[in-house]
Amino acid sequence: MSKFKFAMYWAGSCGGCEIALLEIQAKIIEVDQNYDVVFWPAAADFKYKDVEGYDDGYIDVCLFNGCIRNSENEHLANLLRAKSKVLVAFGACATMGGIPGLANLSSAQEIKDLVYTQTPSVDNPDKVYPQERFTVPEGELDLPHMYDTVKTLEQTVDVDYFMPGCPPEAHQIAGVLDVVTAALKGEGELPPKGATIGVAPKSCCDECERVKDEKKIAGFRRIWEFFPDREKCLLEQGVICMGPATAAGCGARCTSVGMACRGCYGPPEGVVDQGAKMLSTLASIIDAPDPDEIARIAATVPDPVGTFYRFGLASSLLRRARV
Amino acid sequence: MSDNGFEPRLIGFLCRWCSYNGADLAGTARLKYPPNMVPIKTNCSGRVEPTHIMKAFADGADGVIIAGCHPGDCHYINGNYRTAGRYPLMEKLLEQLGLEHGRVRLEWVSAAEGDKFARVVGEFTEEIRALGPLGWSEQFKDEAAAVAPEAVTA
Amino acid sequence: MAEEKIGVYICHCGTNIGGKVDVEEVTKWAATQPNVAVAREYKYMCSDPGQDLIKNDIKELGITRAVVAACSPTMHEPTFRKAASDGGLNPYLLQMANIREHCSWVTIDPVAATAKAKRILSAQIHRLPLNEPLEPIEVPVNHDVLVVGGGIAGIEAALKLSATGKHVTLVERNPSIGGHMAMFDKTFPTLDCAACILTPKMSALGKDPNITLMAYSEVEYVEGYVGNFTVKVRKKARYVNTDICTGCGACQEACVVRKVKSEFDQGLGFRSAIYIPFAQAVPLRATIDPAKCLTLSKGKCKQQTCVSACGPGAIDFEQKDEVVELDVGAIIMATGFELWDAAQETRYGYGRLDNVITSLEFERISNASGPTGGEIVCKNGEAPKSVVILHCVGSRDQNYQEFCSRVCCMYSLKFSHLIKEHLPETEVYELYIDMRCFGKNYEEFYRRLMDEGVNFVRGRAAEVTDVALSPDEEGRLVVKTEDTLLGIVRRIPADMVILSAGLSPAHDAKEVSQIFGFGCSANGFYLERHPKLEPVATVTDGIFIAGCCQYPKDIPDTVAQAGAAAAGVLGLVDNDTVKVEPTISYIDPEKCSGCHICVGLCPHNAIQYNEEKNAAEVIEAACKGCGVCVSACGSNVPQQRGYLDVQIFAEIEGALAV
Repeated sequence: MSKFKFAMYWAGSCGGCEIALLEIQAKIIEVDQNYDVVFWPAAADFKYKDVEGYDDGYIDVCLFNGCIRNSENEHLANLLRAKSKVLVAFGACATMGGIPGLANLSSAQEIKDLVYTQTPSVDNPDKVYPQERFTVPEGELDLPHMYDTVKTLEQTVDVDYFMPGCPPEAHQIAGVLDVVTAALKGEGELPPKGATIGVAPKSCCDECERVKDEKKIAGFRRIWEFFPDREKCLLEQGVICMGPATAAGCGARCTSVGMACRGCYGPPEGVVDQGAKMLSTLASIIDAPDPDEIARIAATVPDPVGTFYRFGLASSLLRRARV
Repeated sequence: MSDNGFEPRLIGFLCRWCSYNGADLAGTARLKYPPNMVPIKTNCSGRVEPTHIMKAFADGADGVIIAGCHPGDCHYINGNYRTAGRYPLMEKLLEQLGLEHGRVRLEWVSAAEGDKFARVVGEFTEEIRALGPLGWSEQFKDEAAAVAPEAVTA
Repeated sequence: MAEEKIGVYICHCGTNIGGKVDVEEVTKWAATQPNVAVAREYKYMCSDPGQDLIKNDIKELGITRAVVAACSPTMHEPTFRKAASDGGLNPYLLQMANIREHCSWVTIDPVAATAKAKRILSAQIHRLPLNEPLEPIEVPVNHDVLVVGGGIAGIEAALKLSATGKHVTLVERNPSIGGHMAMFDKTFPTLDCAACILTPKMSALGKDPNITLMAYSEVEYVEGYVGNFTVKVRKKARYVNTDICTGCGACQEACVVRKVKSEFDQGLGFRSAIYIPFAQAVPLRATIDPAKCLTLSKGKCKQQTCVSACGPGAIDFEQKDEVVELDVGAIIMATGFELWDAAQETRYGYGRLDNVITSLEFERISNASGPTGGEIVCKNGEAPKSVVILHCVGSRDQNYQEFCSRVCCMYSLKFSHLIKEHLPETEVYELYIDMRCFGKNYEEFYRRLMDEGVNFVRGRAAEVTDVALSPDEEGRLVVKTEDTLLGIVRRIPADMVILSAGLSPAHDAKEVSQIFGFGCSANGFYLERHPKLEPVATVTDGIFIAGCCQYPKDIPDTVAQAGAAAAGVLGLVDNDTVKVEPTISYIDPEKCSGCHICVGLCPHNAIQYNEEKNAAEVIEAACKGCGVCVSACGSNVPQQRGYLDVQIFAEIEGALAV
C-alpha cells in the first residue's frame, strides 16, 4: 500500500509549531510509516516548483502554520490549498494571526522604519531599506511584498480544519493525526469541515485545577508583584487570566505552574471575538460600590489590545488598528 | 447638514426599561433630533457587549451609543454597573486600535428623560459628523488587489 | 437556516407615521428584502382589519415570521403577538419595528425619516430568521398582598383588597397608620373633618381579620418576582408588648420625660418618651422612643414610672427588633410624600422668624385636637390680626422643585376659610402665582373665598422680614411682594405667615425604590410604568404604586389611585398562575466550565452552582432576563432567549445594510 502524502509549511510564525510536531516523540515513527513527506521546508529540501508540479489534491494532509504576512505566505497558502485534500490551519498564527498579528497595530512602513532606522542597535544613516526588486548583473532579484495587514489562513484561502495553540500541545497533535490517518485509511470519519480540532469542548477553566469561587476583584496585579495563592483561581487574585475566554485542550499547563492563561488556544466554541469577550468578562467582575470607581479600576489595565488580543487581533472583528 | 454631505451611521443600544422608554418619550413629546441613529433594544445595558460594539464598527457604523438606566435605577439592580466597567476599558482598547475618542459613548438616560435622549443623539450625531466617516471595512477593500502571487518565485 | 417567509406590515398610524414616512416607498422596498414574502401597508394596523392581514397571511400565504413596523413595542407588541398567535404563529416569531416614536415623530425631514424607517425595519428583517419560537413561562401566584405605607392610599388599597377576601399585610414605618391625612383638620373643598372620614377606615383596618397590620416596621429586603415575592420586614422594638398593652395612655401620663417634640404635632406640641402619637392611633399601642427614654438611652431612670403605671405590665425594655419574612404575590407602594423643607428658602425666614409657619404646622394649629386646641393663635398666644399665605413655596421654582404640587392652592384656600371662620376680623392675604383650582367643586370654592373677603394678591413674595419701616409694621412681620395686577410693590404687615410648601418625594424614596427594584422619575417620585396608560404600575411586574409617592395629588385622586392599584393587584393575585416573559437565560451544563463568574454577578441570585454537574444553573423562575451573565461569561455559555448574540448581530447587520 502506498503511503499518504504529508506536507507542513511555515509561513509567518516563529517555528515553534514545527518543533511541536516532533514533541509527539516516538509517534513520529508512525507518521513515517503512514506518510510520505512531500513538502516540509523545515525538515527536508523541497522547492516551491516541486509543489507547483503536483496535481491538485495530491497532498493528503497539509499542516500550515504561521500567519499570512507577505505575498510569499499568500502564494504558498493558495498553492497548498490547491494541492491539498485536507488543509489544516495549524497553531495560533495560522488560525488567528497569533503574536505576529499584533503587527496589525502598525503599518508595514512603520514596522520597517522601526526595524531599519529606529532601533538603537541599527546604524543606517542613509536609511537604506530592503528593496522588493533589485537588479544585479545576473538578473533581477525579488523579495516578497510585506502587507500592511497580517491575515489568518482562513482570511486568505478556504481552510478545512483549525488547530489552535501556541504551539498546539503534543497530545492533541497525536490525537488529530490518529483521527486523520484513520479517516484516510477508511477506518474512521473526518470531523465536519470547518471544525476546530485538537481542543476540548469547554473553556480552559475546565482543565485548570485551581479552586474557583465567585469572582469579585478590586484591582489587577501581575504575578511578579506578589505570591499568588497556589490553590486559588488566579483571576480571583486579580491576575488577568484569559482562561474563561480560551478554549480548553492544552491541559491548563500555564495556570498549573502559576502563570496566567494568555489565550493561545483561541476562543471557545460560540465566542466570536476572544479579546472583546474577555474584556467583557474582566470588566464584569470588578467589584466596587459605585460605577465611577468600577470604571476607574477597569481603565487601569495597561495595554488592553496586548492583553486581550495577544493572539487573536488578526482574527478579531476589527482585525487591525487604523493607522 | 455638513458641506461634505457626510451622514454618520450610528447604532444605539438602548436598555428596555429606561433608555428605550426615554426614546419613546422623546417621540411622544415630538422632540426633534437627527435621524442618524438606529436603536437596538436589549433588556439591560449590561447585556451589551464589547463584541456588539466592535461588530457595529466592523459593519460600517461611524459611532455607537450605549444608553442605560442611571446608576441605582437599573431595573436589574446593578446590571448597568457592568456596563460602566466595560466602557472605559473598551474605549481604551478602541483608541489603541486607532478609533478616535468619542466614537463610542455611554449615556444614562432614564425613562423620564426624553429631552436628554433627544439632546444626546443630536450632540453625538454632530460630534461624529465632525470626526468624519470611520469606514472601517474600507481598510480591507483593496486586500485582494494587493495579492500578486506571480511576484513570488522560489 | 431554513427558508423563512417573512411578512412585513407597515402601519400609517393615520398620519402619525404616514404623514412623515413614505409608507408606500418603504413597503415597496421591504418587498425586495431577503426572506420577505409579502409586504403590506395599512392605515391602522392595530385595528381588527389590520390584525386580520397578519392572521390571513399566516394561514393563506404560510408566513413563518412577521414584523410590524408601527409604534413602540411598549404600546402594541402584545396586540400583534396575540394576533400572530391567533393566526397560528408562535408570538415570539413576530417583531416590532418602532417607526413612530423613534422615527416619524422625531424626524423633521420626510426623506430622512423614510430612510431611517427602512434601517429600523431592516434590522428586524435581518433578525427574524434567527428568532426562535418561545413559550411564556407560567409560574404560580401567591394570593397574599403587601401594602407599604399606611396613609390614606395604603389604607384604602388594603381595605379594598381585604373586601375581596385577599389577605393583606400593611407595613407602616410610624407607630400608627393615618399618614398626613390624620394630621389635617378639614379637607377641601367640602370642609369634611379629616378625622371624621379617616378614623373609621383606620379602625376598620385595625379590626379587619384579612389584614395584618405591621406598624412601626420597615421593609428591608425584597426578592423574587411577580406572583412570588419574598419580603423581609423589620419590626422595630417598641419596648412595649403590644399583645398586652391596652392603649390606655397611663404610661405617657406617668413618664418623667414630658417635653419631647411631637412629630405628629409638627413639633408644636409635646409628647412623652413613651407615647401614643395621637388619640385615634391604630394600633392604639404605646411606643417608647429609645433616644429619649432615660432607661434606654442612659440606663438611669430612677423611678421607671411607666412600668409602675402600666397595669397589664406591658413594658419590656429587653425587647429587640424582629425581622419577619413574608411571601406575597403582589405589592402596593403607598409611601407618601414629605413636606418640602421650607427652611431652604431662607428669604422667607422659616426657622428664623417667629410666626412664619408651614402649612402642615397650620393644619395642627387649626385642628381641635392640636397643640392649641384649635385656636388660631400666634406664638404669644394672641390671635393674628393679619395672616399672609405664600403659595408655591418650593414649587414651580427652578431653584427647588419645578413641578406644581397640585394641592397647595386648594389647601391655602381652606386655610383662609378656617381663619375667616375662627377670626372674622382678621385680614387674610393669599399671594399666588396662578390659582389652580382644577377639581370638582374647586373653582366654586375659590369663588366662595373671594366672597368671604380674602385678599388675593397675584405675585410671588420676595421676602418676609421683621424690619419695620412704619409704625404700623412695628413688632410685626412684613411680607414684601410685587402685586402684578396693580403693578406695584407692596409691604403687607402680618402677624402670621403661612408657607404653603410643596410636596416632595420622601427623603429615602430612591433607596426604597431600589429595595423594591423599580425606579424614580427625574423629580424623585416613583416612576410609573406608563404616564397615561399604566399610572399605577411600575416597571417591575407585580409592584404597583398609589398616592403621593407617585406624584403630588389630592385625597380624591389618591383614593381613586389606591382603588386602581388594588384592582391591578387583584387582576394578578386572583389567578393561580401568571405568565412571565421567556426572555431569560439558560446554561448548557455540557458547555459550562464552572468558573463561577456568572454566579457572583446575577443581580437576582438566579444562578446557582451545581457541584454535582460542575456547572452553573439558571433558576428559571428567579431569572429576570437582564443578560448580564451572557455578557460576562468568557465562553458565551449562558444564552438569553430572545437576545441571542446571533440575533443582536443580525440586527446590527440589518441596521447598517441600508
